[in-house]
Amino acid sequence: MKIEDVVRHWRQFGIMLLALVGVQAQAAEVLHEERSVYRNIFVTEEAGRRCLLFNAVRGERNQTCMNTQNPREFVFHYAKMTMAGLLVNPNPQNILIAGLGGGTLPTALHEMYPNANIEVLEIDQAVVNVARDFFHYAENEKVVTHVVDARVFIKRAGLAGRKFDFIVLDAFTGEYIPEHMLTQEFLEEVKRILTPDGVVVANTFSTSALYDHESETYRAVFGDFFNMKMSGSGNRVIIAQQQPLPNAAVLRANAEPLHTVLEPYAVNILEFPARMSTRPDWDQSRRVLTDQFSPANLLGQ
Amino acid sequence: MTSTSRKALLQNIIVAAAFINGFVIMTIELLGGRVLSPYFGTSVYVWGSIITIFMLSLSLGYLWGGRLSSRNPNPDTFALFFLAAAILSLPIIFVAEWTMTQVFLNIEDPRYGSLIACTLLYFLPIFFMGMVSPYSIRLLVSSEENSGRMAGLLYFVSTLGSALGTLMTSFYFVLWFEIDTIMWGSIAALLLCGAGVAIVHRIPVNEAAGVHRYEN
Repeated sequence: MKIEDVVRHWRQFGIMLLALVGVQAQAAEVLHEERSVYRNIFVTEEAGRRCLLFNAVRGERNQTCMNTQNPREFVFHYAKMTMAGLLVNPNPQNILIAGLGGGTLPTALHEMYPNANIEVLEIDQAVVNVARDFFHYAENEKVVTHVVDARVFIKRAGLAGRKFDFIVLDAFTGEYIPEHMLTQEFLEEVKRILTPDGVVVANTFSTSALYDHESETYRAVFGDFFNMKMSGSGNRVIIAQQQPLPNAAVLRANAEPLHTVLEPYAVNILEFPARMSTRPDWDQSRRVLTDQFSPANLLGQ
Repeated sequence: MTSTSRKALLQNIIVAAAFINGFVIMTIELLGGRVLSPYFGTSVYVWGSIITIFMLSLSLGYLWGGRLSSRNPNPDTFALFFLAAAILSLPIIFVAEWTMTQVFLNIEDPRYGSLIACTLLYFLPIFFMGMVSPYSIRLLVSSEENSGRMAGLLYFVSTLGSALGTLMTSFYFVLWFEIDTIMWGSIAALLLCGAGVAIVHRIPVNEAAGVHRYEN
């Protein structure tokens, strides 16, 4: 074979590869790409759905998505399930949200409770920028964002004697778990800033050994908690409180008035009470995660 | 034991000690992220602080260790570096929480908070671990011709130790043990290195073997 042939073959091979990559890239249009010290952030849009993705790998799990026709709609189950916290505390006034994503949650809660003070913790300034520019995340005197590690903020809030009555822990990106925010010591710090009637809502994992460890850790700190899952979602949501949990009748009674409020967000709160269980369905012999022992990313494999 | 075989044994122990030293440095560095995270988080600047302080203390340790090696180099001084590093690592187990609480209460900015806490906890032990490398080269080098080769060997084993220490700690140790347990293991390894060097150095030499008593 002549050298020109070799070159030609390889050139064809190269063009073919490029074409393949091109086809992949066309699947969803990339509206925006933002680099931060933590990750690359992509905003894609496809068939009326705008999504926030972390990392460059296509097919990586979407962090958050928005229906561009109806931006209020909650696209993912875990976001919908977060609203189950309102069944335990239907009238939150001081809300703390760890993990911004596209800002769906603070935006919705602000619409529902315009007088509530909402503070959002996000470690990555780039995520805040993207949420503002592409997901209608609007800050005002009631919705305040802090670019900070949530554990540091919560520890300081505890020292300052601050209290919140609705705390959402949603700081997990899917590919890396902040291990210092799964430990018993961290949850004690969360408990410290929780009002007696306040509620903690944590979006976590429903698979792998981590599920067992994490469940045991929450139980060590809060006692019984509601465990909530929905089919078609790899997430589960933990709903915990300092005082004893309300019974099913109270949950159902609280769901009634919330139903119409939550309908525009595509959340059917009426079906939630039946999905909230305090029955342990995990291996209760698993070790509690502590600051000394928290190999969450290894356990999550 | 002849003085030649004792010398060979001592050389091997010194090389092994350099390997373990490199291993322990990275084990402690990786755990540093875990130790600091409850107070300062896992923002990128926390790792920035850790790496800065480790690099700084190692660099000054290299300088001071090299300086000491030009004055009466001997295995006992070398062994003392390990003892000092082991003792100075104890505060990481016993007073880390108290130290970090004080820093946390007094410094609002987590960048400088983590930098100060990291300095207080890690500067001294890592400084002594840094002294090991140049001093071990001095103990191993017997002639000008083999000096580069010995330096190369020492860099090789200590950096290989660091690579393995990083891997084992991040992949397995944190899954098997608590942080303090791993720290105790590191301290034990350092003490073992120091003791090994000091003991081999004291093995009596058999005069009947008919070789020179003094190796240096």
